[in-house]
Amino acid sequence: MVKRARAIALICVAMLSMSGGALAGQTIKIGFPIPLTGEIPKVGESTKFAAELFREEVNARGGLDVGGKKYPLEFIFEDNESKPETAVNVTLKLIDRDDVLAIVGPQSSRQAVPAGAVANDSETPMITPWSTNPDATKDRPWVFRAAFLDPFQAPVAADFATKEFKAQKAAVLFEISNDYSKGLADNFRDAWEERHGRGSVVAFESHGPKDQDFSAQLTKMIAAKPDFIFLPENYSFVALIVPQARDLGYRGSFMGSDAWGSAELMKLCGDACKGQFFSTHYAAAGARGATKEFIDKYHKKYGYVPDDIAALTWDAVALVSDAIQKAGRLENNTGKMRKLIRDNLASVKSFNGITGDMRFDSQGDPVKCAVIVAIDDKGDFTFRESVCPK
Amino acid sequence: MELFLQQCVNALQWGSFYALIALGYTLVYGVLRLINFAHGDIFMVGAYLAFFISTAFLSPEGMFAFPRGLTLALTVPLTMIFTSLAGVTLERVAYRTLMRKGAHRLYVVITALMCGLVLENGNLALLGASRKTLPVLLDKSVYDVGGIAVTNLKLWVILAAVLVFFALHFIVAKTRMGMAMRAVSWDKFALPLMGIPLDSVIVFTFALGSGIAGLGGMLFAMSYPVLEPYMGAMTGWKAFIAAVVGGIGDIRGAFAGGFLLAFVEIMVAAFLPSTFRDLFAFSILLLILWQRPTGIFGKPLTTKI
Repeated sequence: MVKRARAIALICVAMLSMSGGALAGQTIKIGFPIPLTGEIPKVGESTKFAAELFREEVNARGGLDVGGKKYPLEFIFEDNESKPETAVNVTLKLIDRDDVLAIVGPQSSRQAVPAGAVANDSETPMITPWSTNPDATKDRPWVFRAAFLDPFQAPVAADFATKEFKAQKAAVLFEISNDYSKGLADNFRDAWEERHGRGSVVAFESHGPKDQDFSAQLTKMIAAKPDFIFLPENYSFVALIVPQARDLGYRGSFMGSDAWGSAELMKLCGDACKGQFFSTHYAAAGARGATKEFIDKYHKKYGYVPDDIAALTWDAVALVSDAIQKAGRLENNTGKMRKLIRDNLASVKSFNGITGDMRFDSQGDPVKCAVIVAIDDKGDFTFRESVCPK
Repeated sequence: MELFLQQCVNALQWGSFYALIALGYTLVYGVLRLINFAHGDIFMVGAYLAFFISTAFLSPEGMFAFPRGLTLALTVPLTMIFTSLAGVTLERVAYRTLMRKGAHRLYVVITALMCGLVLENGNLALLGASRKTLPVLLDKSVYDVGGIAVTNLKLWVILAAVLVFFALHFIVAKTRMGMAMRAVSWDKFALPLMGIPLDSVIVFTFALGSGIAGLGGMLFAMSYPVLEPYMGAMTGWKAFIAAVVGGIGDIRGAFAGGFLLAFVEIMVAAFLPSTFRDLFAFSILLLILWQRPTGIFGKPLTTKI
């Protein structure tokens, strides 16, 4: 009996010392619950590529310099399958099993909103690079983001459409089960009606997550004769909706949101998407300084121009590593270290990222500028104008 | 009125796809009393095959570099043949071995479900998650007929569904093979005694059903050119419901059921808030089944699955 108790005690000590050893940490672990498969696989790929680029650069210098000592970065990528429930599971796994110091991701609001709840409850700092729905960070002191918010993006789109298309009447099509799409559509409707009066959104239609045919909704929308159609949709839907609207005889313009900005949009959508506009986080064409440097490095390594997701991921990872460096030491206790990182993230006064300058407000949301991008005849995303918060 | 007619055209096109898939479900069920749940994924395989075949022919660097028209003319039969092979392989590998061992039909149905998942995830593993898009095979032109917009592609899709329906009807009702198929569904055990090769009838049924799914998959990929591994799951599922509502086992039922489901879906989205589309659509189908449990054209049978 005594022998057994001793054996158990020994095992416990061994396990403790092992986990302690991992923490004293020759490495700094950051977890990425990202959509490597599912509806938006390109988003996951961009995230992973940008993160890998960052890690290789830091580790080539011997690691991240924290209080005079260098620690190599260790990134753990988990697939959230573009599903909210999987996002919750893998985030928990990263926090509990892998003992990561911080989470970067998930990307889409549909996964970031539920995963944010988990991170907040487990007191682990999380920063979602791309989610724009306010609920992801709202009343969650442990959750941050690198992108602007939908309540900011929607008026930007409304103002631009008013000016560019001289539009009075708008139609909206969105995905009902997607927090991002639904939230942005609602915000847009409010912003548009504020500018053009009640009833100026002549059609407000939705579809499900697996739909491929939108002819019923589009027929209804086109019959309402809008001046343009607003599509706060993921790029894979955009590639289906825009050609279908053309088939139904619609000749007007489309205005999109930042979910359009994937490198894969033009491959799927082809000529139909040329000449349309969308609001986003950065424009690759015409970039300068650190942004240009990042684009060149990424292009050299992976062979294509990075999309906004890659740029925002880079900024998010940079924010986290800044917060770790600012701590000045690496605590043995994961909980304590996580708290330090959170406090440092919350106290960022201004951060000069490759997607522009930003500072955080009390909810952990950045205040930064948006960019309007035009898709030109070659299918490139070209800079049209920049809109900053007042 | 124009709006209603336009929605009718939309429903006809969307219903054509349901009908093409539902025909495959109903053929296999009619002959084997087996619900081939992998059929939706066979449809997906068809769409991907069309993608590979057409890109191989069109690619300017490739050995063919055919013009579009010729590519289209070659892709249609090749897609159908290869998809048939996929369906027959499934029958050969999964279903026949089980049935030979005398497994209950339920196990075969579950196996079919699993085969569908294997196809979906195999595709994901093999080709990765990024979407594929079918090259343009047909120059699209939009016609305006009295305020109703129709494209040439939509007309082809509807025409294809109607032609397939009549061809199938002819095969089952008028040919010797069709007679054998009807005989299998009548009495599987007496059939070999009459000297009819049971296996080749079953293989023929699977080949026919899968070939039609292949055609459907190709037309689908031309109309909705974003291909992903799970594209067949939901559509196939709904088509199965359409086949049941129409009366599974009956070719007219599958055809009518496919169009009925599409009409209900489109009209609900058109005249009610689109948020409620599936809720209303399937409630209506539930009501129909409630009134006629064997479907519109179905006959009461003593044993179902």
